[in-house]
Amino acid sequence: MPTLPPKTTRAPSPPWTSLDVRADFPILYCGERPVVYLDNAATSQKPDAVIAVTTRYYKSMNANIHRGVYRLSVEATDAYESARTRTAAFIGARNPREVVFTRGCTEAINLVAMTWGLQNLKPGSRIVLTQMEHHSNIVPWQMVAARTGAKIEVTPVTADGELDIAAFERLVGQGAALVAVTHISNVLGTINPIAELTQIAHRHGALMLVDGAQSVAHMPVDVAALDCDFFTFSGHKMCGPTGIGALWARGELLDAMPPYQGGGDMISTVSFEGSTWNVVPHKFEAGTPDIAGAIGLGAAIDYLTRLNMSRVAEVEANLLSYAEKVLRTIPGLRIVGQARHKASVISFLLDGAHPHDIGTILDQEHIAIRTGHHCCQPLMDFYHIPATARASLAFYNTPEDIDALATGLRRVIEVFR
Amino acid sequence: MSDLRELYQQTIIDHNRKPRNFHPLTDADHHAKGHNPLCGDRLELYLKMDGDRIQDASFTGAGCAISTASASMMTEAIKGRTIQEAKSLFTKFHTLLTTPMHEPIDVDGLDKLEVFSGVREFPVRIKCATLAWHTLDAALKDDRSEAKTE
Repeated sequence: MPTLPPKTTRAPSPPWTSLDVRADFPILYCGERPVVYLDNAATSQKPDAVIAVTTRYYKSMNANIHRGVYRLSVEATDAYESARTRTAAFIGARNPREVVFTRGCTEAINLVAMTWGLQNLKPGSRIVLTQMEHHSNIVPWQMVAARTGAKIEVTPVTADGELDIAAFERLVGQGAALVAVTHISNVLGTINPIAELTQIAHRHGALMLVDGAQSVAHMPVDVAALDCDFFTFSGHKMCGPTGIGALWARGELLDAMPPYQGGGDMISTVSFEGSTWNVVPHKFEAGTPDIAGAIGLGAAIDYLTRLNMSRVAEVEANLLSYAEKVLRTIPGLRIVGQARHKASVISFLLDGAHPHDIGTILDQEHIAIRTGHHCCQPLMDFYHIPATARASLAFYNTPEDIDALATGLRRVIEVFR
Repeated sequence: MSDLRELYQQTIIDHNRKPRNFHPLTDADHHAKGHNPLCGDRLELYLKMDGDRIQDASFTGAGCAISTASASMMTEAIKGRTIQEAKSLFTKFHTLLTTPMHEPIDVDGLDKLEVFSGVREFPVRIKCATLAWHTLDAALKDDRSEAKTE
């Protein structure tokens, strides 16, 4: 029976050495007072480095890619393809051709569902998901299941918010074609044991898709070590622009998959008798892509690489530990999600105060948290709660941000006293 | 803090803590469900009619303070009113919530419901205050689909 490694004990008290990077993020200082931004699981803020590179592209490099013979087009093409190379390196991909740029993580999952899924799923095929998936890793599979007759199975979670591995193995063992699991839960913060889950999936002949939306910006990711088959993520949650994301997949899978959308750039030849497809990854990038977005993502990756992702993970683990310690001193507060391996996402409930009211009151203190179902309605149903309040931390947050949150929550209690 | 006190007036806090008419109505002849997909608030509204007049009203469900207090105070406000009177009260209530700050509002006939004037400062919360009323609209139409704020 597979087991998780034991929880490491960490109980630092501030001040610890945090990353001194707040000055890199202009939005944290714009307006009359600093923003305490604790909604990083929804989207991250952007450093000057990313904003500057995006602006520079439009000011001095803007041209369409892959087709011009003139200097600007060559420069834009080089910058776009260089962003692909750095994206591949950042997640441990063997070859940049295995990285397909998409609009985001959602489109990357839809791409796999509508290409690999329609090609390979048949009536009775099984897709194994988990109770903690985001709507974006549920609905595309429901859509493809409706078209192919495939069946969706759901891995249950425990009260603490961990996957029930034994149940997972049972479901996969019943002949799954594909397993699609989030790397980190955007509600519970649970870091799922992907390498172990992939082993189980492969042992039973299933392919493994990992939704990396919440992991790429918070821990080192190595798709080779995870041994998964598909890995999807968004740029905007990792300090990059909105509108860009990526699908990584094994080259041989991409080669065998049919195109996703038709148009320019994805073809090799076109005639009215029929068309032939370009090579991977271009086969999946029809039309003019988000060139500025890809270049901005490349800049975000450079920024995160300079910080060092292991250091980012360490700083966020310290922040999480401090935040949970501080929040436990708030009367009537209950944290939802107590997995042994957790990222810096804290969902909570407060006696007598609905999450929506908590959000409004904290906003008056310039504290941004998320409230609601977080695009995880099945998970909310599982815990029989309509919503949670959620503080999600990034490496640029500080102990002072967490102290401000605690003060704000005491204000909430005061209002509802 | 002053804006917050405007929003969370004592009457609203009180109705949130102790909602009135908060139970199913066994002899209801009209019933509808309301859902705010944005925040997950759900409520069920029950009406007992006497011809054109709302004889009794009650609700169940889970929501934020604004939506719970609004549902509670609405059930109090509509009891004994005709359908037409209830609808015109909704129109007045809606106008109260959507009149820009610093513009005069006509509070005539709103009575206690005037406490929701603070919601004007918080446009994202208007839907919380109107959920019960949209559900009332659906119940009166005997609309079996769920009333939604989105």
